[in-house]
Amino acid sequence: MTTADPNAPLRNESVEQRFSSDLSGRYRLDQIFKTASWIATIAALVVLAFLLIDVVIDGLPRLSWQFLTSFPSRSAERAGVLAPLIGTIWLLVITAIAAFPIGVGAAIFLEEFSQDNALARVIEVNIGNLAAVPSIIYGLLGLMVFVRILLPLTGGRTVFSAGLTLALLILPVIIVASREALRAVPSSIRQAGMALGATRWQTVREHVLPQAFPGILTGTILALSRAVGETAPLIVIGAQTFVPYTPRFREGGFSALPIQIYNWVGRPQADFHTNAAAGIIVLMVVLLTMNSTAIYLRNRFQTGKF
Amino acid sequence: MTTSPSSPAPNQDSGLWQPNRQLSKSVELIAKIVFGAFGFLSILVTAGIIFTLIFETIGFFREVSIVQFLTDRQWTPLFTNSRFGIMVLISATLLTSFIALVVAMPLGLLSAVCLSEYAPRSLRRWLKPALEILAGVPTIVFGYFALFLVTPFLKLLVPGLQTFNGLSAGIVLGIAILPTIASLSEDAIYAVPQSLRQGSYALGATKRETITNVVLPAALSGIVASFILGIARAVGETMIVTVAAGQNPRLTLDPRVPIQTMTSFIVQVAGGDTPTGSLSYRTLFAVGMTLFVITMALNLFSFWFVRRFREKYE
Repeated sequence: MTTADPNAPLRNESVEQRFSSDLSGRYRLDQIFKTASWIATIAALVVLAFLLIDVVIDGLPRLSWQFLTSFPSRSAERAGVLAPLIGTIWLLVITAIAAFPIGVGAAIFLEEFSQDNALARVIEVNIGNLAAVPSIIYGLLGLMVFVRILLPLTGGRTVFSAGLTLALLILPVIIVASREALRAVPSSIRQAGMALGATRWQTVREHVLPQAFPGILTGTILALSRAVGETAPLIVIGAQTFVPYTPRFREGGFSALPIQIYNWVGRPQADFHTNAAAGIIVLMVVLLTMNSTAIYLRNRFQTGKF
Repeated sequence: MTTSPSSPAPNQDSGLWQPNRQLSKSVELIAKIVFGAFGFLSILVTAGIIFTLIFETIGFFREVSIVQFLTDRQWTPLFTNSRFGIMVLISATLLTSFIALVVAMPLGLLSAVCLSEYAPRSLRRWLKPALEILAGVPTIVFGYFALFLVTPFLKLLVPGLQTFNGLSAGIVLGIAILPTIASLSEDAIYAVPQSLRQGSYALGATKRETITNVVLPAALSGIVASFILGIARAVGETMIVTVAAGQNPRLTLDPRVPIQTMTSFIVQVAGGDTPTGSLSYRTLFAVGMTLFVITMALNLFSFWFVRRFREKYE
């Protein structure tokens, strides 16, 4: 199987016609290409950095203890992110509890238990597909399944339904990350365990999982940070923008940080836009904390490995 | 102290390990079944998505003819005189995604080349995780940037640019998918074996010639896969286009005026109070179905492409 090869044998021209060593010209081209690639990289980073710095400048003056501990209000100065912040923490906990065991379990099944049979292959292709489904489609799924069909269990448009929807959304990500972590454990450890008479599950529980755990944890935290930033599925599920109370598990409306930011961005008054910038700072602090924890875990455990 | 007779101590509490084979076997079976069920759940999710979309879409097509859906040039589902021409929403999605790709593909590929081939190793070690974090910035944040930063700036350059427009949304969408494209392309380029580069140098090629004629063709399948994933993300992205491109469904390829993409239509209708079972509620799912089919087709194409054109090196 070969692709078109640019260095393919010369067609009709003779070698002399094609060959010109013109080194200085080629080096000039090299220099241009190198410069262009550096400019592209730096430009992309500068633009992203500029955007983030700008939002900090916009929002920082608004950030205060009052902003973190106030319920929404019709006046921008008195409004705060308490209800959305609590809502986001609720979502984080529910999503983690639902997605972590299922995701890791599925990864263990695919990596350790399943033979290379049709079912395993179908699951594998399917997970790849699920990871590419737009998040808003998961919102429609959650609206149908959790809000409507499982209404008696979830209480309808509640933080519980939203958390379960987000769990389905990040499930493929957790499965893929956990499988990679499990695959990184050398198979000699499995063979040693089984040579001592342990069953597959005993080997996995006592030896493979502890080795793979930092990797699994890192992948899960990164997946959760994705869930925290999701807006579209929550809108479809029916998150509310004016929630003057802390959300309950299975009753009443709920809000979340991205929803509140979306609402403030959409208001015509400039004061609310400042609130949105401050809300973005709060959201980014939550995400950066999670991400740096994940990266710290990865580096911490990578060094002492084998 | 009595000396026991010479018979060996009976089995009681000898400290020797007594395997309970039966118990281990049942636990093993239970573990396998439970984890297998978790794995199967992912299939159920796909089935659930497809069933949900098809169920409501069938209800939708009972009331609206599929010919009208595909050919009508207007999209006014919430008016009394409702028209359902999905092309209006698709054209907006294509417009913003196209602008995003024009921004993200060259920049992403060049950054990937730079990171893999030119940047010193230490810098690469810092930039790769930074890219992963940037890829995780919530899109609502990019929506804020598009509306309050990029649009005012572009208004200075582009005459006739309106507050909500496809151009600004598309550019920011490109910035949002850029880290994904750069990171995945970099993986593919970095994975090309060193021996190919050395072979090319040995033939007298310069570094750029090696990159464009040897390394990039060898990494082609991974690069194209990253582009397609970028397209799929751009098509399915919601918050940037909802915030910055407006809510005006119209059939146009003019990037200066407000438009409505498939995703921002779903947000607009789902955000309001839509009674279950009404036609506008079903419209949600019909649009969702269209979106799902488009992203799924892109995804399958990418799978096929990678499998067909992957270069394997021992």
